Amino acid sequence: MAWALALQIAAGVLLVIGMGVGSTGFESVLQAANDPAAWQIVWDIRLPRTVGAWATGALLGLAGALAQGLFRNPLADPFLLGSASGASLGVAVALALFGQVELADASQPNAWPVQIGLAGAGFLGAVAGVMLTLLLAKGVQHTLRLLLAGLIVGVVLGALKDLVALAVPGILQGMQAFTLGSTGFIGWTACVLLLLVLLPCMALAWSLSRVLDALALGESTAQSLGLQLVPMRAALVAVLALATGVAVAQTGLIAFVGLAAPHLVRALVKTTHGTLMLLSSLMGGVLLMAADILARWLIAPQELPVGVMTAVLGGSYLLWLMHRRRPNSGVL
Amino acid sequence: MNNIALSAHSVSAYLDSVQVLCDVELIFPAGQWTSVVGPNGAGKSTLLKVLAGLLPCSGEVRLLGQPLHAISARQRAQSLSWLGQNEHGGDDLSVFDVVMLGRLPHLRWLAAPSALDELACERALLATQAWPWRHRALGSLSGGERQRVLLARALAGDAQVLLMDEPLTNLDPPHQADWLATVRTLTQAGKTVVSVLHEIGFALQGDHLVVLNAGRLAHFGSCSDAASHRALAQVFENRVSIHAIGEHFVTLPH
Repeated sequence: MAWALALQIAAGVLLVIGMGVGSTGFESVLQAANDPAAWQIVWDIRLPRTVGAWATGALLGLAGALAQGLFRNPLADPFLLGSASGASLGVAVALALFGQVELADASQPNAWPVQIGLAGAGFLGAVAGVMLTLLLAKGVQHTLRLLLAGLIVGVVLGALKDLVALAVPGILQGMQAFTLGSTGFIGWTACVLLLLVLLPCMALAWSLSRVLDALALGESTAQSLGLQLVPMRAALVAVLALATGVAVAQTGLIAFVGLAAPHLVRALVKTTHGTLMLLSSLMGGVLLMAADILARWLIAPQELPVGVMTAVLGGSYLLWLMHRRRPNSGVL
Repeated sequence: MNNIALSAHSVSAYLDSVQVLCDVELIFPAGQWTSVVGPNGAGKSTLLKVLAGLLPCSGEVRLLGQPLHAISARQRAQSLSWLGQNEHGGDDLSVFDVVMLGRLPHLRWLAAPSALDELACERALLATQAWPWRHRALGSLSGGERQRVLLARALAGDAQVLLMDEPLTNLDPPHQADWLATVRTLTQAGKTVVSVLHEIGFALQGDHLVVLNAGRLAHFGSCSDAASHRALAQVFENRVSIHAIGEHFVTLPH
């Protein structure tokens, strides 16, 4: 549990830094007590954004660890399984159908129904994406087929999302920020929603973590231990889809956090899936917070979309991982 | 019926629409060790999976007098433990965590393992001499060490019936002998052991011998019976000969 504490401390430090990074610097934090404008910048913009980045990263880290355990595949990732592209298609369809609300409307009075509607659409899209991938891959046994199927589903659903955006040009602007992946639109409502979803997702995933441990020894062994694999797998896929769907609905496509977090945790400590999912979630939170701060700070006062940041950093990490693994280790 | 632990009645099974088991009729006496032998592809592993309820089949399998399909998966797992061959994965789990998975049928959902569970794991790890490295990750072990941990996992469940598919894989001779001693202790305690073995000399140390060939039961009899030895030689196209040395048998290929 020392690692959990360390990751929490890291998150705390990043939270303080996150409050101080932006077009105006750390002085906003110091002046917040007597300057209303500075207070607004810190309390209404930086803080929810930083906390939201943590919560999104935590959801993605959890989803990644869960996907890797569930599919017995260290390269499984919400984005490689079609769930993220499914979620983004779901969000696009919801935006197109229900009045072309832009993501930035989170601060509007009607924010709650909008946020929940988007999260719901993301969830449904994510479920559909994963199901389609599993259907195409005919199960989870074949690593290569699973990854190929995920890739194809990702491309097709991504194209469908683009078609929706082209057909309803009003959502184009909202969708662009969304496609790049951005934490810039996260207000307190989104923050609360992310945290509210994170808790039950973590609880359910943790309660089924022994199933993942047993599955690691092989499907037949897990079955021989008396586990009802069909409903348990369905529940875990639902958690995966909910975590990905909600994260994607709030921040768009943020790649590789779900892949990198569990790998980094495994490099630190070998453990059961219960602990792995908890630590991956904390690690995901720290990663995305750090990426968000970098995205704001690198070319300040302008900022990069955080999704671009994670794609560059996470993509490099994946390449390094592929390079490091022996070709006959059975993973790639 | 009380002295029959497990039985198969006109059992047939298919893998990818190819018939692998054909009308198998078998009984496994309780408290005894039955070896299953046969050439490659005879359906030995499939038979074990069918008996463990891991593969759908036609016909009926009965466990401790009850039809297998009428027992809940958890109940079945409490009375029957299955050890597969060449199971990969679980590399990040510690040896102790892996063995504790064997207690899963006895653990309540979300409940932490009790002292009894811990004790069962310790006993199983001691029986396979894996206790000293219980904190190591499964992935860091050699093939033989890994096999001993998986064996301990199967033992930890304290099941009445144990099905083991090639349990001697990767084991060095001393640990093969240990396995033999473990099986004897199990049967003395009234447990039923069914093992698929390629090491025919070891298989013949059992109480009963099942000889499978091309998905069919070729022979069922006592391991010391000359008829069993003849059936064995026959399914291996008379390329093995069986010789008695004291109470044991050795097989020589030719």
